[in-house]
Amino acid sequence: MYRVLAGRSPRAGPGPPDRAVLSCPGCDRSLETERLRAAALWVCYRCGYHFRLRPLERMALLADAGSLLERDRDLVAPDPLGFIDSVPYASRIEEGRARCGSNEAVIWGDAAIGGEPLVFACLDFAFMGGSMGTATGEMITNAIEAATRRRVPLLIVTASGGARMQEGIFSLMQMAKTAAALGRLGAAGIPYVSLLTDPTMGGVTASFASLADVILAEPGAMIGFAGARVIQQATYETLPEGFQTAEFLWQHGMIDLVVPRPELPAVLRQLLDLYVKNEAAKDFELEPQANASAPTPAVRG
Amino acid sequence: MTDNGSIAAATWEQVELARHPDRPYALDYIHAIFGNFFELHGDRLFGDDHAIIGGPAALDHRTVMVIAQQKGRTTAERAMRNFGMANPEGYRKALRLIRQAERFQFPVIAFVDTSGAFPGAGAEERGIAWAIAENLVALAQARVPIVTMVLGEGGSGGALGIGVGDRLLMMEHSIYSVAMPEACASILWRDIARKVEAAQALKLTAADLKRMGLADEIVPEPSGGAHNDYGMAADAAGAALRRHLATLEAVAVDRLLEERYQRYRRIGATS
Repeated sequence: MYRVLAGRSPRAGPGPPDRAVLSCPGCDRSLETERLRAAALWVCYRCGYHFRLRPLERMALLADAGSLLERDRDLVAPDPLGFIDSVPYASRIEEGRARCGSNEAVIWGDAAIGGEPLVFACLDFAFMGGSMGTATGEMITNAIEAATRRRVPLLIVTASGGARMQEGIFSLMQMAKTAAALGRLGAAGIPYVSLLTDPTMGGVTASFASLADVILAEPGAMIGFAGARVIQQATYETLPEGFQTAEFLWQHGMIDLVVPRPELPAVLRQLLDLYVKNEAAKDFELEPQANASAPTPAVRG
Repeated sequence: MTDNGSIAAATWEQVELARHPDRPYALDYIHAIFGNFFELHGDRLFGDDHAIIGGPAALDHRTVMVIAQQKGRTTAERAMRNFGMANPEGYRKALRLIRQAERFQFPVIAFVDTSGAFPGAGAEERGIAWAIAENLVALAQARVPIVTMVLGEGGSGGALGIGVGDRLLMMEHSIYSVAMPEACASILWRDIARKVEAAQALKLTAADLKRMGLADEIVPEPSGGAHNDYGMAADAAGAALRRHLATLEAVAVDRLLEERYQRYRRIGATS
């Protein structure tokens, strides 16, 4: 039903463009943008291709209306290496900020699903490929620690090329930092659900994305550690059909379920019903924070 | 040559020293530093990965658990060791040894020497990312002292998969990076030829990591590099390991774990 893309390299941009008609990356047919937007799902009504969502679109789809209280909006990546690729790292951050309307490749906050409070974090592929630098890692870790402290479940939606080159070894160490925090979350008996979306690769897969109690993925999402290009260069292997798709990972026992986007809200409610202890909800109180904000409309890249 | 060019050249010289074909590898250090090393094999799930080795060994009055990435010297051994690039089985064998070390209260000594985890279809099918991530948690929580020492190359998540601990020591001419320079150049510019530029930008030498506060100590190598005198390199490595282990063994385990948590927690922390 959900077509798996062959080849898989060229993709639509990070967010659906604002044109009346757009071409589906899955089936190449013309789609009416209004029809995709109306359902708020951004799933091709011809082939089932799942367009990439921006964090606020994702949160609007999954979290209770008005429940999001965003945290850490002011966190900005440092430039510990003074890195210049073709432009200085600070300019890359500025580009991301201008494009995405946020300071980093993650948005997180307190939210609720079906009335059940939780901590919800969502990576933004439009911001430097969703890559994890120190501020990204810091926000994810803050989210994990907030869930641990408040004893509410954690939901993280991933979309990332992996660790961010521009912060070098500091980016790599965010893998250890987020994993250590998840170790404490797990020891405290707080459930963690991750939803892997297109694409989830490298150091993000090899740290917090794969450490969830329940791992879900969207149909056709590319998920893995090393990229297909790197593997082919290193081994000259012929990669199997559908290599590194969500369906491929499910077949190999790495994820629990591939969930089509329209079914996600129901699946998450079902999981929360099963994993959440009711007393945790009673104790829940929002921590006041100066920069907390009301949800704002999605910004499209 | 510009200043920038000469810095890049000097950095690249460090990369080449870290990869020197005659450089001592993990087993050279293990046999020189420890007595009675007993190699354990297999992950009990799928197979035995010769790119990661390990087992109990004697260090003075105590037994330690050694976990190490091992490169090959001869063509045949290089193939057998997969050039030090581990598959999931290597990380899962390491996990088995971490758990065993905890059970018997053996401190863990981890020797890092890899350009990265193996980029192969089979590694992906068997969950290389899952195996590495699980080790990050296991090492963060292991209730024994852990000393990590980078011998040559510390590459990416593949290095970190056995590299989380209470101390990070680096041999003088070793390197440690989010990605090897070739991979970084390929990711940023799709051009492996710009590896020298990438190496400089990544700040990956032992001196860089010490200066940035990520490495605790640089272990001096014999003049020209460790390949010039294995005995001297191993003596210096052994002395550093003993010193740091003694310090860590004096710390109560709950405090040790809290300090280990904070060690990573504060990297990139803003408050």
